[in-house]
Amino acid sequence: MTTATEDRKFTVADFASSQDVRWCPGCGDYSVLAAVKKVLAEEGIPPEQYAFISGIGCSSRFPYYMNTYGMHSIHGRATAVATGFKIVRPDMQTWVITGDGDALSIGGNHTIHTIRRNVDLKILLFNNEIYGLTKGQYSPTSPQGKVTKSTPFGSIDDPLHPLSIALGANASFVARAVDMHPKHLMGVLRRAHHHKGTAFVEIYQNCNIFNDGAFSHAQDRKLRADNVVELVHGEPLVFGAKLDKGVVLDGQNLRVVTIGEDGFTKDDLLVHDEKADLSIHFRMARMRSPEFPDAIGVIRCVERPTYDGMVNAQIENVIAKRGRGDLQELITGRSTWDVAEVDEDE
Amino acid sequence: MSVDSPSHGPAKATMDLHSATVRFAGDSGDGMQLTGMQFTNTSAIFGNDVSTFPDFPAEIRAPAGTVYGVSGFQLHFSSEDIFTPGDELDTLVAMNPAALKMNIAELKKGGILITNLDSFNDQNLKLAGYSHSPLVDGSLDNYRVHSVRMTEATLKAVEELEALRKEEGKEFSLSKKDAARCKNFFALGLVCWLYGRKMDPIVQFINDKFAKKADVRDANLRVLNAGFYYGETAEIFQNNFKVRKAALPPGKYREMRGNEALALGLTVASQLAGKPLFYGSYPITPATDILHELAKHKSFGVRTFQAEDEIAAIASTIGAAFAGTLAATASSGPGVALKGEAMGLAVMLELPLIIINVQRGGPSTGLPTKTEQADLLQAILGRNGECPMVVLAAARPTECFDIAIQAARIAFRSMTPVLVLTDGYLANSTEPWLVPDVSSLDPIEVEHPTEPNGPDGAYLPYKRDEWLARPWALPGTPGLMHRIGGLEKAAETGNVSYDPSNHERMVQMRQAKVDKVAEYLPEQEVFGQEDAETLVIGWGGTYGALREACTMLRAKGHKVSHAHLRCLNPFPRNLGEIIKRHKRVLVPELNGGQLCMLLRAKYLVDAQSITKIKGRPFMVTELYERIEAMMTDKTNGK
Ligand code: SF4
Repeated sequence: MTTATEDRKFTVADFASSQDVRWCPGCGDYSVLAAVKKVLAEEGIPPEQYAFISGIGCSSRFPYYMNTYGMHSIHGRATAVATGFKIVRPDMQTWVITGDGDALSIGGNHTIHTIRRNVDLKILLFNNEIYGLTKGQYSPTSPQGKVTKSTPFGSIDDPLHPLSIALGANASFVARAVDMHPKHLMGVLRRAHHHKGTAFVEIYQNCNIFNDGAFSHAQDRKLRADNVVELVHGEPLVFGAKLDKGVVLDGQNLRVVTIGEDGFTKDDLLVHDEKADLSIHFRMARMRSPEFPDAIGVIRCVERPTYDGMVNAQIENVIAKRGRGDLQELITGRSTWDVAEVDEDE
Repeated sequence: MSVDSPSHGPAKATMDLHSATVRFAGDSGDGMQLTGMQFTNTSAIFGNDVSTFPDFPAEIRAPAGTVYGVSGFQLHFSSEDIFTPGDELDTLVAMNPAALKMNIAELKKGGILITNLDSFNDQNLKLAGYSHSPLVDGSLDNYRVHSVRMTEATLKAVEELEALRKEEGKEFSLSKKDAARCKNFFALGLVCWLYGRKMDPIVQFINDKFAKKADVRDANLRVLNAGFYYGETAEIFQNNFKVRKAALPPGKYREMRGNEALALGLTVASQLAGKPLFYGSYPITPATDILHELAKHKSFGVRTFQAEDEIAAIASTIGAAFAGTLAATASSGPGVALKGEAMGLAVMLELPLIIINVQRGGPSTGLPTKTEQADLLQAILGRNGECPMVVLAAARPTECFDIAIQAARIAFRSMTPVLVLTDGYLANSTEPWLVPDVSSLDPIEVEHPTEPNGPDGAYLPYKRDEWLARPWALPGTPGLMHRIGGLEKAAETGNVSYDPSNHERMVQMRQAKVDKVAEYLPEQEVFGQEDAETLVIGWGGTYGALREACTMLRAKGHKVSHAHLRCLNPFPRNLGEIIKRHKRVLVPELNGGQLCMLLRAKYLVDAQSITKIKGRPFMVTELYERIEAMMTDKTNGK
């Protein structure tokens, strides 16, 4: 395995492949692609040290546009492919690109198990709440009542909540970002990059063709401030254009308050702790406009041993204790007998 | 069992036999597998050729005494080269009425039946569906029946031990129930006497296994001896038997089971290639033992991954192949069906990968613990699109070792997934294995490019070599970054391409690459004479039965030869020419005629099928009769 130790500087162009990007003009994917390339260029690790592995869907074309190692695999299986890859190549920076249908419908099982194992993968889930590549059916994250080609009278499914699934599987890193908010997105990507373990990032991604405006409350410059709270570790949950609103823990529930009203001061607000109990992260992750501001940023970041690390540590431990295996001894086994030239009269 | 000549020993007469087939049958909790394995060991160590076949119930612990819970272990030991676990039984040990009911049909006329009389009580008879005891109603008159009060004798032997311990002022830890559980060793001791077996290896085994439980150890030893002496002294047995040593090639031997052989073969292949092994798998009968075995091979750098499902098992394996290791996965039919889409991806990616299908009875969940060969068409055709991969099949339990290594060689040389077919019979059967010297095995060549292979420093991931294989650039190599995927790709560059003629060219290229494997694989060998009129073509685990049946037919003067295929896709390059030499082609298979259909399609030959779909292997005699009938049928099956 080659590692470039010399000081190489990288630009965004170093991470761009020669392939023409073929998403629809205006698609949120462009913005995420640009942000990823920028972040990686800054990080100083050469492109050959990265692998991008994806499933199927619009966003899963992503690896073709990166000048790294990459695989556009099959529907729903990217995390499983990446798990095998990472176990044998823990030296590679391994990213998974997936969507709401890919990760939560057909590939739901792999998503859960990858997260609970804490394989050292950076998973970017492009959530556009729609099936784009198959031209507009409701997805597992579409809200109830959504009218699409496959639900002309409105979807009756209760939607799945990506970050709840991740937290339910005891994720060590959970974050959310918005495609049209590149600076913030880059910050989240940087944090994901530096996390050891599964970094699960939900990205609100606009599909301007089949589900335009699904996240306008979080994307629109004018609406954003009142509908989104940017989480910062150790800081209170403050939001609003005038920074006059906040979230408090009222009994067991979260509640939005206005600072200065009903006797609430800034000191009453919930202070974000990335290492807090899962249950509070769960409640924060599920805040949704208009009742609540959507939480963006790093919701949870804790240390847990990585699966790939443990697989390889177990092997090293066995070898350290018993030495490298002797192949002849292995195939000979413990119970053998010798056959001599046969003598007729036994 | 063929009888030579009686020779007289001091106490009772000993009769010489060429071979014998014995089956131990009882409740799945009765320890029949262990008993059978111990008898196998002592026979093998003595120098017989031995072939075994365990028969498990699908239920883990079906209610005691029922026919659903009957577990059996059959072995065939001989002074000659043998290939199968035997057809008809010479001796059946039935530990309860249910075991008798399930197995008596296979005991030959005049064969020895040993039962545990203590278990033939009303309750057990009823559980087995007998309205009255078969031991007294005359229905067993065709057999030499020895009803032995095994439980009673076992308890007596243990009581003696208990008394001895008490005399020494020591505690005794076995309850009566524990004591009764030793009865399988009574049966084992008795059968050892019957076939004149030395019990040293069994004594050694008991000493090792129960080293920390002195009471259990000594109880088992006493009961084992009690069984042996029972045979020697009881009036009921007139004589015992002797099966001489077989003329096996000299060397160091061990017992080898098909699944273990596969696991060892994979680990050896990984060492020969200098590539760590990654094995992704989801538990499924009868393939799971491979995972159990490989999980122990950590000191060889083997990484096993018990995935969340069959799809993740193969998907992770594909990831590991892309990452540059020897990657393998195994399953059985239902699991392989789930892996189908990912297998197509592996064909598209052109990565080296080994997929093992330990076949069982199908369709659907089918017969999980029984054997069948009905996944051949699934292996060759069961994926969407034109999706060829190399398909190999092991013929004997020990051959699973060689086939795993061969699969790795082909996968690396031709950059292709290789599917290996075995079956429930091969997986669990054992035979003696002459342990190879690993230093005599050829290394497996694997190359990874380090430099661009295209114009202007470009890397062309789909540029092909003489075997039409593409290069395998290791992730991490500077300058060779590339993307692969399931979409059709342009020749050489591997970029996504929807060009119609490119698609046709790539489909043909993938097929040609697989076809080319026949050029470097050995030619098909034929057992039999040049002028044989009938050719019997088989594949997989039916090898032993076919070889024995053809040997018998030839001894009778029939002009028959036998070709057993190890590679089913592509077919051996000389197969067409072999088929042409014969007037008649017969294809026995444990399925509805799948290979026969492929041969007819490929060679336009009027091949005739001999099928059996009962979840059990072919018996030699049934093959003999069916082949003979078809050979003498002038209408050729019309
Ligand atoms: S269909 Fe939607 S998600 Fe897909 S590329 Fe077009 S805009 Fe983007």
